[in-house]
Amino acid sequence: MSVETAVGLAVLLPFAGILLIALLGRWPNLRETASLATGASTFAVVAGVILPVVQMGGRPRLDLVAVLPGLDLAFEVEPLGMLFALVASGLWIVTTIYSIGYMRGHHEEHQTRFYICFALAISGALGVAFAANVFTLFVFYEAITLSTYPLVTHHGTEAAKKAGRVYLGILMGTSVAFLLFALVWTYLAAGTTEFRPGGILAGRVEGWHLMVLLALYAFGTGKAALMPFHRWLPAAMVAPTPVSALLHAVAVVKAGVFTVLKIIIYVFGIDLLATTDASRWLCWVAAFTILAASIIALTKDNLKARLAYSTVSQLSYIVLGGALATTAGVMGGGMHIAMHALGKITLFFCAGAIMVGAHKTKISEIDGLGRRMPFTFGAFFLGSLSVIGLPPMGGSWSKWYLILGTIEADQLAMMVVLMVSSLLSIGYLMPVVGRAFFRPSPEDDEHGGSPRGGIHEAPFLCVLPPVLTGIGCVVAFFYADDIYELLMGIVAR
Amino acid sequence: MSGELVERVTTNLPALQIALPLLTAAVCMVIRRARAAWALAMVVAWTSFASAGAILAWVWRHGDISYAEGGWQAPFGIELHIDLLNALVLLVVTGICAIVLTASPKSFDQEIWREHHAKVYALYLLCMTGLAGMTVTGDAFNVFVFLEISSLSSYALISQGTTRRALTSSIQYLVMGTLGGTFILLGIGMIYMVTGTLNMADMAVQLGAVGPNRTVLVALACIGIGIAIKLALFPLHIWLPNAYTYAPAIVTAFLAATSTKVAYYLLVRFIFSIFGAPLAFGALRLDAVLMPLAIAAMFAGSFVAIFQDNLKRMLAYSSVAQIGYMVLGLSLVSVSGLTGGLVHLFNHALMKSGLFLVMAAVLLRTGSVRIEAMAGLGRRMPWTMAAFVVAGLSMIGVPLTVGFVSKWYLVMGAIQAGLWPVAVLILLSSLLALIYIWRVIEVAYFREPPEDAPEVTEAPISLLGPIWVLAGATVFFGIFTSLSVGTASAAARMLLGVGQ
Amino acid sequence: MFEGGLYPYWIFIFLMMTGLYVVISRDNLIKKIIGLNIFQVSVIMFYIAMGKVHGGTAPIEAAGITVYSNPLPHVLMLTAIVVGVATSAVALSLVVRINEAYGTIEEDELREIEREEDAE
Repeated sequence: MSVETAVGLAVLLPFAGILLIALLGRWPNLRETASLATGASTFAVVAGVILPVVQMGGRPRLDLVAVLPGLDLAFEVEPLGMLFALVASGLWIVTTIYSIGYMRGHHEEHQTRFYICFALAISGALGVAFAANVFTLFVFYEAITLSTYPLVTHHGTEAAKKAGRVYLGILMGTSVAFLLFALVWTYLAAGTTEFRPGGILAGRVEGWHLMVLLALYAFGTGKAALMPFHRWLPAAMVAPTPVSALLHAVAVVKAGVFTVLKIIIYVFGIDLLATTDASRWLCWVAAFTILAASIIALTKDNLKARLAYSTVSQLSYIVLGGALATTAGVMGGGMHIAMHALGKITLFFCAGAIMVGAHKTKISEIDGLGRRMPFTFGAFFLGSLSVIGLPPMGGSWSKWYLILGTIEADQLAMMVVLMVSSLLSIGYLMPVVGRAFFRPSPEDDEHGGSPRGGIHEAPFLCVLPPVLTGIGCVVAFFYADDIYELLMGIVAR
Repeated sequence: MSGELVERVTTNLPALQIALPLLTAAVCMVIRRARAAWALAMVVAWTSFASAGAILAWVWRHGDISYAEGGWQAPFGIELHIDLLNALVLLVVTGICAIVLTASPKSFDQEIWREHHAKVYALYLLCMTGLAGMTVTGDAFNVFVFLEISSLSSYALISQGTTRRALTSSIQYLVMGTLGGTFILLGIGMIYMVTGTLNMADMAVQLGAVGPNRTVLVALACIGIGIAIKLALFPLHIWLPNAYTYAPAIVTAFLAATSTKVAYYLLVRFIFSIFGAPLAFGALRLDAVLMPLAIAAMFAGSFVAIFQDNLKRMLAYSSVAQIGYMVLGLSLVSVSGLTGGLVHLFNHALMKSGLFLVMAAVLLRTGSVRIEAMAGLGRRMPWTMAAFVVAGLSMIGVPLTVGFVSKWYLVMGAIQAGLWPVAVLILLSSLLALIYIWRVIEVAYFREPPEDAPEVTEAPISLLGPIWVLAGATVFFGIFTSLSVGTASAAARMLLGVGQ
Repeated sequence: MFEGGLYPYWIFIFLMMTGLYVVISRDNLIKKIIGLNIFQVSVIMFYIAMGKVHGGTAPIEAAGITVYSNPLPHVLMLTAIVVGVATSAVALSLVVRINEAYGTIEEDELREIEREEDAE
């Protein structure tokens, strides 16, 4: 097939999957097979057909329809979008395996609706990844918000409904009030909303207008969880853990920071921002979010809440990378999309496994649990190291490039922020591992300090994925070079 | 030869738009059987829609159609004149007429005595005559005549509601509507006094020669007030919530999507084609009056809608807000703004009639339109509620729906005019729509029906079909916009005298 | 147009304001309809007043006469009168129905009844 068709196919395959899932809803095993098959085939198309073309320097384009004069629905694949698409479609497969274990182990209801909305959300993420212009990105961005709402409110309880209101309110509120405004403004100023290397605003928007426009984009992208519009992320933790794992570690949040990065690179242009210093304020907002969210994470006893605030903090790493407006910063930010996704999804998988296997949600309750769930906590350890940014984990490379970016941009204060944040992340992640492995568990005390009954892991399908992604963090360390090569295509042209 | 035949037929179609429903209304009066009257009305409505489509296609290709009634030439005779502006409005009016009529039988069965159906269909057709007549005519006094025809029949239609509140709502609308119509008549009289003609095209020429003398300005003001009452522009909207709430559901769906739209068309026609933008916005500063009122409508309407427990009343207040959007587009006096207003005329008709038909379906199955009655309907009437979600998303302005298209042009028009705060206000009021739409969605999908709730099944196909045609249209025309946007922007350009 | 100044227009304004005042201030529905009629009649007067041409005779063609009054406003007002009649008919029939349904035709009492209904 032509690579252009492949692009369209990648976005549409999840839809075909939806039909299959809906039809097979009554036979769980067949339904799950349909989900897996859709995920595998989508990844195959993305990695097998589109990736090689992009790596060679190609930018496949698919024009769909001109909705309004000047507003086209179109796809064009470039390196950053390619990376995001790989991450989203690849991790979807792992998450589907995990969901099967979790949803069944936890006896969840409405599983068909769950898998359908998941597929919709991934399709939305791929649409965002491949968008050729801000309008198309906006369309799929909103599609993600709407398709993930049923996932966030999955349990249907009062708490879920309230969380759904915060989720929808903040995400739709910011996208309508700020992002749409920015979209219209961009169209009026530049005559188009197309993503172009070097940006489309040079010479069209000047001075403080440029800063306001950047602010509208940054705060309008609520999914990037820049403070003060971050509250939806902890609120969304009320969803089942597979949702938190894929969507709030990978698809939804990465769509947000991807949007910010893409707009910085292809609408504003790194050079324009560097010469006009229009993004310096954004560095500070991102820095504040990094530190404040890390500190809040330290105070949280609920494991998922702690991970949620950790995500808020880590997302701003990527925003910071873009705001530094240097090559290394952007590289670091882009790479962190992949590295953080791997690391965080591991952590969330583990959190869910702990919930299913041991029925515990609070960190104060997990003393000694590591001896009974060694694989889960082992994976958690690997994921933590990656998020903290220590070698030999993939996260260390992205952190390295971000620090390089702060030096390139002559913003040493930001380097300090990144260092402090690493210390803070040690502070909120290592205790989890420490308590799990080295503290005696309350039940063990009765038996004189040795683990009772040996290993009592979570269901196999809940443990396999985090172990896979945890090992993936290590593997990513060695493949960082390939990612770097791919991303260099952004600045090479 | 066939080309000539097509031309002969098409150029005579405007007269048919008036004559056919009018005569059929008379026939319906003498029919006894309800379904027979409905069938006859259906034939007429769909024929009118088809002919409106043919007219629009013709005007696109060959330019304006002019029809001299009775063979008497303008400006002495009454002329029917169709350009891109009223061709679009005619398409909307006849389309909504036909689609809503298709959904009517079961709903009327529930709300109106069987023996009266034929007469109600007669009223429906009379209303359609009036609306179509207002749209196609090129003569100012003719506008008044058709206005009164449509108004009187709508007063009667509204009074058919099941509760006695329908009667008081109808007389409240009657009093206000008659005041409005009489103001319009007064304004037309003043124009006649100054120009000596009633033909719209001729008026435009004569008024241009007379210039902004005081009689002309007062005439514009009178006509403006009169139309504002019919348009339910804040603060003259008082009649609308009651009229929409207590009328039969089908009547509400029909009127909500047509009568205020035609009033808006009249406003555009009088301001831009007859009086001219320089006089209306230069001498009389109408934009300074209309824009604040429009913004007030947008916020007041949306805000009050959030607190309504009767969902028809909620949608009625929402309509007040949407009318604000249309008038805001007009008051921007730019191609983008006016395109936004006109395209919102098209889009809102689709969205609102769809939403009101959903209410008709809910009323049919649950017997109530209060928000409590919606509990659990997401599961029990899945297709109906899904249509509500689609049309609701369009009201909020999600991209790839028609609501987004209107918002795009309005925001663009505001920013182009340098009115950043207005653009922000437009976006903020869409968020209010998010609140009142989502309130309903939460109840329908999250709340369980009470233990003693009666068994509820999905709506019948006769309702579900039109509902989904309209809901589907809100998505279709949000993606393939060339019909609505193309016609609206061409009309806007023509009205503002801007080149292509 | 008229010998003797603009007094027809003063009369028309007086009638119009009277009609409007009656509609707004009177609670009895029949009185409102009367007010509405006065309002509509004032506009009819306005049109008729503008039809008279200074020195013109009745507009029936006759030899030797060159100045005629304008018949068009009269024609238009025939239509307007019919509209007024129809409106009054619809309004009065509504009032009859309201009386049957509510037992009153005073607007303030109607509002009271409806307010009590809503409160339930």
